[in-house]
Order: sequence, then structure tokens, then C-alpha cells
Amino acid sequence: MKAVNLLELPVEERKESIYAKGKQKPNLKCDTDSIAGVVSQRACVYCGARVVLNPVTDAVHLVHGPIGCASYTWDIRGALSSGSDLYRFSFSTDLKEQDVIFGGEKKLALAIDELVLKYNPKLVFVYSTCIVGVIGDDLEMVCRVAARKHGIDVIPVQSSGFAGNKSAGYRAACDALLRLIEPKNKKEVKKSKSLNYLGDFNLAGEVWIIKSYLREMDIDMNVAFTGDSSCAALKTAAKASLNIVQCTGSMFYLAGKMEQIYGIPYMNISFLGLEDTAESLRKIAKFFGDPETMCKAEELIEREINANGDIVRGYREKLRGKKAAVYVGGGFKAISLIKQFREIGIDVVMVGTQTGRQEEYDTINDLVDEGTVILDDANPAELEQFIVKKGAHLLVGGVKERPLAYKLGVAFIDHNHDRKHPLSGFVGAVNFAEEVYSTVCSPVWRFTQVPADAPDWLDGNAGKREIIIA
Amino acid sequence: MLDCTPKEIIERSGGVINPAKTCQPIGAMYAALGIHNCLPHSHGSQGCCSYHRMHLTRHFREPVMATTSSFTEGASVFGGVANLKTAIKNVFAIYNPDVMAVHTTCLSETIGDDITTIIKSAEVPEGKLVIHANTPSYQGSHITGFSNMTKGIVSYLAEATLEAKKEQVNIIPGFVNPGDMREIKRIVNLMGMKFIMFPDTSGVLDSPMTGKFAMYPKGGVKVEDLRDTGNSKLTIALGTYASSDAANLLERKCNVPAVTLKTPIGIKATDEFLMTLRQSFIKEVPYQLEEERGQLADIMIDTHYHFHGKKVAIFGDPDIIIGLTEFVLSLGMKPVYVLTGTPGGTIGGPKGMFEKEIKDMLVEAGIEGKVKAAGDLFELHQWIKNEPVDLLIGNTYGKYIARAEDIPFVRVGFPILDRSMHPYLPVVGYRGAMRLLELISNALLERVDRDARDEDFELVM
Repeated sequence: MKAVNLLELPVEERKESIYAKGKQKPNLKCDTDSIAGVVSQRACVYCGARVVLNPVTDAVHLVHGPIGCASYTWDIRGALSSGSDLYRFSFSTDLKEQDVIFGGEKKLALAIDELVLKYNPKLVFVYSTCIVGVIGDDLEMVCRVAARKHGIDVIPVQSSGFAGNKSAGYRAACDALLRLIEPKNKKEVKKSKSLNYLGDFNLAGEVWIIKSYLREMDIDMNVAFTGDSSCAALKTAAKASLNIVQCTGSMFYLAGKMEQIYGIPYMNISFLGLEDTAESLRKIAKFFGDPETMCKAEELIEREINANGDIVRGYREKLRGKKAAVYVGGGFKAISLIKQFREIGIDVVMVGTQTGRQEEYDTINDLVDEGTVILDDANPAELEQFIVKKGAHLLVGGVKERPLAYKLGVAFIDHNHDRKHPLSGFVGAVNFAEEVYSTVCSPVWRFTQVPADAPDWLDGNAGKREIIIA
Repeated sequence: MLDCTPKEIIERSGGVINPAKTCQPIGAMYAALGIHNCLPHSHGSQGCCSYHRMHLTRHFREPVMATTSSFTEGASVFGGVANLKTAIKNVFAIYNPDVMAVHTTCLSETIGDDITTIIKSAEVPEGKLVIHANTPSYQGSHITGFSNMTKGIVSYLAEATLEAKKEQVNIIPGFVNPGDMREIKRIVNLMGMKFIMFPDTSGVLDSPMTGKFAMYPKGGVKVEDLRDTGNSKLTIALGTYASSDAANLLERKCNVPAVTLKTPIGIKATDEFLMTLRQSFIKEVPYQLEEERGQLADIMIDTHYHFHGKKVAIFGDPDIIIGLTEFVLSLGMKPVYVLTGTPGGTIGGPKGMFEKEIKDMLVEAGIEGKVKAAGDLFELHQWIKNEPVDLLIGNTYGKYIARAEDIPFVRVGFPILDRSMHPYLPVVGYRGAMRLLELISNALLERVDRDARDEDFELVM
């Protein structure tokens, strides 16, 4: 298929969601519903809720609906646990036609009873799916009865797929978490020098890296939302004196609520890249304000930068002049990635997200160079068009974007569930540079044929890469 | 690690733990991808389409294109008519496929959208087609969805236009990998026959690297061939669950006789497939295939002592594991646990006779075993905990059981998310059986080597 010419996009509605940075800063249309009949890379409410809550390790995550929603989300998160493995099981009420006609409440109650009997969990999350929203099962009631019966937390997650996009699911998950963490006694004593870490899901063990940095600064990570978290740990969340937020897309709502209800201030931080990591640690140290912590933070930063800076700079030499395209879920991640690419000498020529918000797109606009394409809710044809036109050597994305990049002869990094190395913190910055290098400079690209009729703009792209011998 | 399954078996009725199936629409999407220049369309929420594409992408490691009606709250209250009409307009305007294959989801089925009527009243450009299948997620499994979309292809496209039937055969391969479809085509080509295979995902989900992204790769069965299926002399449906419905519909609609065979996994099922072709078309089996069969038999004999009496647990999709069960029996192994998540195959059930078919095979071989349709992997794990096996065969999700119980594990079926190459390399036909032999014997012998004490560690095995 020929790529769609931007100026001749047959869908008027998409025009406002794409622009190239120039002198004028248009308002990008975002945070809207996708159009029917496009190949959207977006997902649904349930998907958003499921990815946020999935890393809660010792909970039974029961999906109330037909089998598919449970099957596709079975252990795909890549979140690691230091304790229970229960979250890596797949539980579904497996609704059948009968249940759709007569309601699924009885089956749900039975499923909860059986699972509690079998696994003895302290916490059950019950996710609603599309159908449950339509047939009107009273999830609240079933969960309340079950909670009383078993003396545990049974928390409904209102995540019917059609009720918005992934962002609505993040909210639904945060609402469920808020219910869970509500202390019995409102007058919780605050722990000094402890914080909650919001928006890290412990992919490839990233939470543990940050935890170790904080420990070195004598700061206690109370609980992470939700990477490697447990029911008991989450219940202590209200005691912390600070919330730091990494993935704002999924957690800014929760941070705001916790400030409102428990008076816990929050700050946005980023542990992606050397610069951001150092900056964030300083910010945290400054918050607690005692000289000793600040001193320890500086020691740690100096040590880590010395240990890792040269390696990252070494890759910078090898990667100079390469161009990257970014298409990720949330705006915050896109912003971090732009900065991180800058650290290793790579220009970002295209940035898009599935669920970015206006203010995030403003930040992105300020960060990138002129001519960089910025787009919201892209579809594969658009991704292809801009990757090719802009001559990107690398795409950062999620599961569905990987084969697309490969087909174009473009390198790829998974910045989502399929992350295999931690990309957080100082060590993550090295991993990131290494990963970029290992894919961009792999010899395999030599074997992509460039068709004879390739237009000029393919020059220097697929198949014509110079291979850098390290 | 990852072993939360208790040994004690408790009766359960409140749902599924660790499913051995997924929902209909993904099967419909896969079937639709087997049509040339076809864009599957998911009539439901965005998440469905996203999940199906993701899952297929992980299994095939290929881009999977499909569009969605992007349901919102409005659509679920007022119905998805407007969404689908807009979608039809946009799909042809933006992506310009020859065929748009609509499948439903649990949501659109529950609110009761009448797809046939919507399609009739939509504006479809000249020379373009919209077909559909009803695929409610709360019935059957992904295999049912594949079967329903294949049926949809027949009901929309097959036509009997000639007085006399042509000397050609329709082949419905079932829910198998593109590599399997290629192998079946190679066999039929060697028999020197004209055939139409549908769906045919070879060349779509195993497309070569060209440096360009093709929205519609070269492969897939063409629309004119699909129309011509009504003029064929015979339809061979490979696999009761994924293929027989479409073949039977074609028989009713266009008078094309239908034969349902097993998915040709292993020596016996491949023999049956070839014999059917030979008898129906008075063709001789060429020496090349005889030679392949002879080689397979030779290897089976050369290695039979590795397999004898080994207990196997097999799970996956019904058509595939019926073939696998027959094959491991022909090697002298004991398939003591056979389980599918796909419902309907229970004894006395509405469709197929999965449990009976396997049970009969076991009885004939004098083996006591447990067989279950509509089961889940939790149950399989409990069986294995109570009475261990020497080998596990199934999709990627078997790896948890294999690790917890420390059993050799061979990956066959759908989905396989943690290994590559499987979409390219067939398990059907004589050559596919050779590959299975290699996989199984390697798994068993690696284990013997791993567990051998120094004094038992042997060069020749």
C-alpha cells in the first residue's frame, strides 16, 4: 500500500491530530475518541485498569466477563515480584450465553468463594468488562457481600471497555486503589522520610533499582504503585509524607486525590536517563530538606555518573546522527524518551502517544527540534509514513509497533510490557544506550533489500546503513 | 516459583483458572487475514481489536492490521449502527482493501446490532465487498470464531455458476500456522491437483522482508477463487472444529460434497488425507510423497525405543490435539491427559465429539487416560500433580506447569509467545511429523542427559 499523503488524508478528522513543529504552535487535538474504521493503536478502559493493577502481587485478579479479556492479559505485564506469584495467574468467570441472559452475579459470587477457599488471598480485584456494563450486574453488591463473608478486601474495578479509552481505565484502577488504601483510622501517623513511588510497575525490576537509591539516601520507599506491591504494603500508603510520580498518565489522578484526602504532596519525577535521574534524586532530597540526605544524594549521583557516564558517552559517539521515532502510550514517557535520546546523541524526528494530554504535548513541542512530527492516536499507515519520510533509524514503541518497524528495516526498542532490561535509573541509562546500539547497529539490517524503485528519501535508511564496528 | 496450584482437587463451577482457550473474534480475525487484500474489522470496543492484534502479533511476529468500530458509551446505549456505517466508509476511503471482513464482539452481540442489515444499507464502493460473521465471545472459543468467519466467507462469496463441477478441490486447512498451510499446498501440488485453499494465511503472516511495509501482503486467497469454490468437485475440511461447518454450508449452498478429515498431523492422518485425494480425483500418489512417508516410517522405527511407554499430557485446540494424540500413540507413547479449553466437545455435546474421539483412541490402545473438553490449565496441572507425566505438549502457557513440575515441554499450537520460527515450520504432513519427532525426542533426550549421573552419561543414545 502507498503511504497516505498527509496533505491528502482522506479523513478530515485526523488532520487536527498531526502537525510538524514550526513557527506556529497549533493546538493538537488529543484526548478524544478515535474514529470508527481506523487501525488505532489504542486500547480500552479494561486494558488501562488491568495494566495498572496487575502488578499487585498477592491479589486474586478476577476478570468478570467472557474468556477473552482474561486470556489476552494473562501474565503479559513483565512486572516482577519479590513475594507472591498469584498475580501471574489468570482468573475469569468465563461468562457464557446463559449468564449474559440471566445475569452473571451468581457465577461471580461463586467464583470469588471458590478462589478464596483455594488461595486464601487478602485481596480480590473484580474487573468488569464490556458485557457486564451492559447487562448491569451489580458488582458493588456482590463484592460487598463477599468481603463481609470472607473478611477480606473484595474491590470492584469499574472498567467496562466501552466507557472511554485507556485513560479512563487508569482512573478506574486508581479509584479501586483509593478504596483499598483508605485507613480504618483517618488520623494516620505520618512516617517521616518515607515516600510512595507512583507509576512504576517494576518491569524488569525497575522499582528495586530506585528503592536502592533511596535507601542509600536514608529514605524509605513505603510502597510502589503498583510494582511489586502487596495488599498489606498498599494499605500503609496514607502514612507516607511524599508521593513521587513517574508514569503521570496512569497516576496523576491518584496523586491528586491522595493530596486532597491525606494531604500528601506529590512531585513528578523521572528516572529515565542520567540527567533526569540525577535531577529527580536532588528534588526528592531537597523535599526532605536535611543536609545529610542532600549530601548523600550528591555522593550517590557523583558515583553513579562517574561509573556510567563514560559508557553512555561512548555510545553517543557510535550513535551520533541517528534518528529516532517515538510512539508510546502516555505523554510523560514520550517526554522522558526525548531527553534520554538527547543524552545519547540521537534526534527524535517523530513523537506520538496513544493517550497524551494537551499540556504534555505542549512540553513535547517545546522540547523537539523544528520539523519534528507530533501526532496523537496514530495508526500504522501514519507511523509508516513519518518513519520513512523522516528517515528514522529506530522506533520506540510497544508490542504492535515492533513488526511494523522491522518490516521497514528500522530498528526497534520495546518500552512497554516486553521490556527485558531495566531502563530506569543510572544503570537503566546504560542499558538503554546499549539496547539502542545493539539494535540500530546490528548487522541484520544489511540484508534488507531496498527495491530498485525506492525514492530518494530512502537514502541512508533501510538497507543502506553503515555498520559501525564497535 | 509460579506454583500456586494446590494438589487437592476441588469441584469448581465458578469460572476458569488459567484458560486453555480464548474468545471467538481473534479466530475470525485470523481467518479473515487469509483472504487476499482483506482488512478484518472488529465491531466492538477498541480494546478487543487491540488485544487480538497484539496476541496475533506476538505469535506470528508480523504486523497484524485490523480496524475497529471504536465503541463508546453512546454506541453501547444506542447501538453500533452509526459506528459501523462510518467505519465502512472510512475503511475503504483510507485503506482501500478489496474485502472488509466484519466480526462482532460480545458487546455488539449483547446490544443486538443486526450486521446483515447495516451492511446492506451502507455505502460500499463499486467492486468492493463487506462480509461478516457473528462471533460472540461468550460462546465457543477462538476456534469457533475461525469456523464462523470461514462460514461467512462461504455464505457471502461461494457461487455455483457452472452446470458441471470442475476438477478441483476446496481445502479448508483449519486454525493452523501459515507454514502448515504451505505444506498442505505443497502436498496437493505434488498430487498434481488444482485446488483452492481458504483461508490461506501463507504469504500474509509469514511475509518476507522487503524493506517496505505492505498493508496487504502478497498472500491470501483471492476473491475470484473464493467465488469459484462453489464449482469445485469436493471440499476437504481438515479438522471438525475449525473447518467442517464451512464445508457443510458449501455443500448445502452449492452442492459441493464435503469430507471432514483430521488435521493431517502424523502418519495416519496424512495417509488418510492423501487417500481421500487419490480416490476422489483418481490421481496417483507421486514417488516424492511415498519417499517422504517411507523416510518418516524409517525414523519412527529407528527411534521408537525412546518413546515407548512415555506418558504425555497434551493440551490445546481440539483439531490439533486429536492429530497429536493419534501421532504419539503411533509412537508407542501414552497420552494419559488430553485437554482442550474449547467447549462443545463433551460427550453428548452439540458439536463434534472431542472427548469420545480421544477416548476411543485410548481404549483401542488399551490406555487409561483423562480427557476433557471445556477444561482449563489449572485442572490439567492438578492432574499432573497427582500423577506425573514424562512430557507435556501444548502452547506457551504450558511453560508454568512444565517448570513447576519439572517436565520436558514441547511447544505446539496457538499461541506460542516465547519462541520463534513456529509459524514457518509445519507440523502437518510427513515432513511435519518428522519435525514433531525431532522436537519430542530432543525434549526427552535432553532431559535424560541433564539428569544422567556422570557414569550414566552416554555418547550414543
